[in-house]
Amino acid sequence: MTDTDILVEVRDLKVHFPITKGVIFDRTVGHVKAVDGVDLRIPRGKTYGLVGESGCGKSTLGRALLQLTPPTAGEVVFDGVELTTLPAGRLRTMRRRMQMIFQDPMSSLDPRQNVESILTEGLQTHGIGAGRDDRRRIIGETLDAVGLPRWALSRYPHEFSGGQRQRIGIARALVLGPELIVADEPVSALDVSIQAQVVNLLDELQDNLGLTYLVIAHDLAVVRHISDVVGVMYLGALVEEAPSDRLYREPLHPYTRALMSAVPVPDPDVEDRRERILLAGDLPSPANPPAGCRFHTRCPWAQPTRCVDERPALREIGASRVACHWAEQIASGEVRPHKVEVQVTRPLDEGENPQVVSAPTEPGSYV
Amino acid sequence: MTIAPGKKKQKIDRLAELAARDDERGVSLWQEAFRRLRRNPAAIVGAAILTVFVIVAVVGPLLVPFGPSDTIGIREGLIRPGVIPGADGDHWLGYDHQGRDEFSRLIVGARQTLLVGVVSTLIGLAVGALIGGVAGAAAGLGGRWGRWLDSTLMRIIDMMLAMPSLLLAVSIAALLGASLTTVMIAVGVVSVPVFARLLRGSMISQSNSDYVLAATSLGVRKPKIALTHVVPNSLAPVIVQATLTLATAIIEAAALSFLGLGNPDTAIPEWGMMLAEAQPYLDIRPGLAVYPALAIIVTALGFTLLGEAMREALDPKLRK
Repeated sequence: MTDTDILVEVRDLKVHFPITKGVIFDRTVGHVKAVDGVDLRIPRGKTYGLVGESGCGKSTLGRALLQLTPPTAGEVVFDGVELTTLPAGRLRTMRRRMQMIFQDPMSSLDPRQNVESILTEGLQTHGIGAGRDDRRRIIGETLDAVGLPRWALSRYPHEFSGGQRQRIGIARALVLGPELIVADEPVSALDVSIQAQVVNLLDELQDNLGLTYLVIAHDLAVVRHISDVVGVMYLGALVEEAPSDRLYREPLHPYTRALMSAVPVPDPDVEDRRERILLAGDLPSPANPPAGCRFHTRCPWAQPTRCVDERPALREIGASRVACHWAEQIASGEVRPHKVEVQVTRPLDEGENPQVVSAPTEPGSYV
Repeated sequence: MTIAPGKKKQKIDRLAELAARDDERGVSLWQEAFRRLRRNPAAIVGAAILTVFVIVAVVGPLLVPFGPSDTIGIREGLIRPGVIPGADGDHWLGYDHQGRDEFSRLIVGARQTLLVGVVSTLIGLAVGALIGGVAGAAAGLGGRWGRWLDSTLMRIIDMMLAMPSLLLAVSIAALLGASLTTVMIAVGVVSVPVFARLLRGSMISQSNSDYVLAATSLGVRKPKIALTHVVPNSLAPVIVQATLTLATAIIEAAALSFLGLGNPDTAIPEWGMMLAEAQPYLDIRPGLAVYPALAIIVTALGFTLLGEAMREALDPKLRK
């Protein structure tokens, strides 16, 4: 990644949620490490795609970046301003420049506000627009930009279809004229036919307005289509980051390989022959993540040395950044995959000690 | 997934979709709930009962043929030991044990019942909503201190909930001494925990919704979010509960009167008191107990029917 113009820089960001017990006085008994040390940079006008399975902390990362969830540690630098230590008042002013689009357009719109009120709220908060007519003009332009008709203004969210609601959500973010938009699963709640429309709309808006996106998704096809750079998260940390074509062509981290092998190929011959990597077991508890490399409990390439006791840092290999000790050897075929026994890990202080049990069904099978 | 470049086709599709809609104004959730309410027969019946009840309570006492404490029966020598005459031409429901016109007393009693029911529910609603609103806002948006405040308030509410409601009302009535105000306060206090719990729970669940997060990300201040987003979206169950509480308040007020803790001014009839007074004469004239009991039951039924219908109309899960 070239150092041209970085809009957002995240340094060693951590979000730990305390696990509390007790009726009257809270007693902290542990932490869920939803995000545990993430570094990333988003260049102005580009799209950064964030993928990972459910519960890996990608949504929390997005919210922590916008300071909607207070980070435990680390820095978020937005256009040269450090956000984590910013006083509340100045942070509110900064919010105008960074907005969010939500997954479920129904629950992210207040059912008792009509569209005009939804769009006016942000303008009023930031004192944008001189008077009612000026605001009307700004709102009208925003409606045109997202492809909603003017009569939508007096209507309520429940009167729209899913795709239109998502357009309202996009309009609410756009009306403030932001530079960064964090889109948390922007299309996964929509029908496939509508997904394409919304993805195209996001693309179009980026071209016209020079927006910077952080797109969080689990749909690899959507992320590939929309992103310039893709980061893969596993258990609260980035395991690989690469320009999107390169990531899809040449995944380096074992987890990325497993993810990519799950994407179907629209060619029956290739589809039949291609190698599938099925990961054994579930995502370990983020309250008690495995020591060393977090992926070693499920990694078909895991080695007896280093993987268990040394947490790999992101290092550059070509245009990619990978957090794997053996990335080069895996790529060259020097290190071969092997079977993986399922390990059951429990949260701290619960049940017996973590122990190894045999998998009920085919463990770590790879064809 | 294929992402076709056919933007023109998309636009045409969208236009077709838009053209299918007429250009009327949007329908808010309240308007839609009201539409659903009007289509529900239970709501119509409940509303009809309550309309009659309110009209009777408001204008009835001005129109009654006889004074509610006028002991006509004794004056005319109709009441003798063991004899309480039933209905005759002028006295549609007969006389009570002191020879007063039963029908007139029922009508005048309606006003008292409505007054106690409404005022005590309002007391419960106001205090309960205040406590619940503060606790809910604190727990939902207030962070660590907010959760502590919420815990403290809720433990107090729990203590009130732990006491049987009638026992609580009786204790308060006994402590403050019998008067009309006491009855209203006693019955009102009983419903405070219900309203507080309800509003708090509703507000906490709304505080966790995405639109609150969206408002935060727009930069809206927390107190404003609580007042403009969280509270309006949390009110529906509270309003339903208020309607249902009116029914229990009427019954509880009657129970207090029945136990002799009601309004000491016996010149003003009240249904619960009438019920209590009728007790010794059940074998001579059971009607004296039946009429006020029926009045209480029908009124409470009216509030309950309307309340249940409102619950259905406002329930987001039943929205089409």
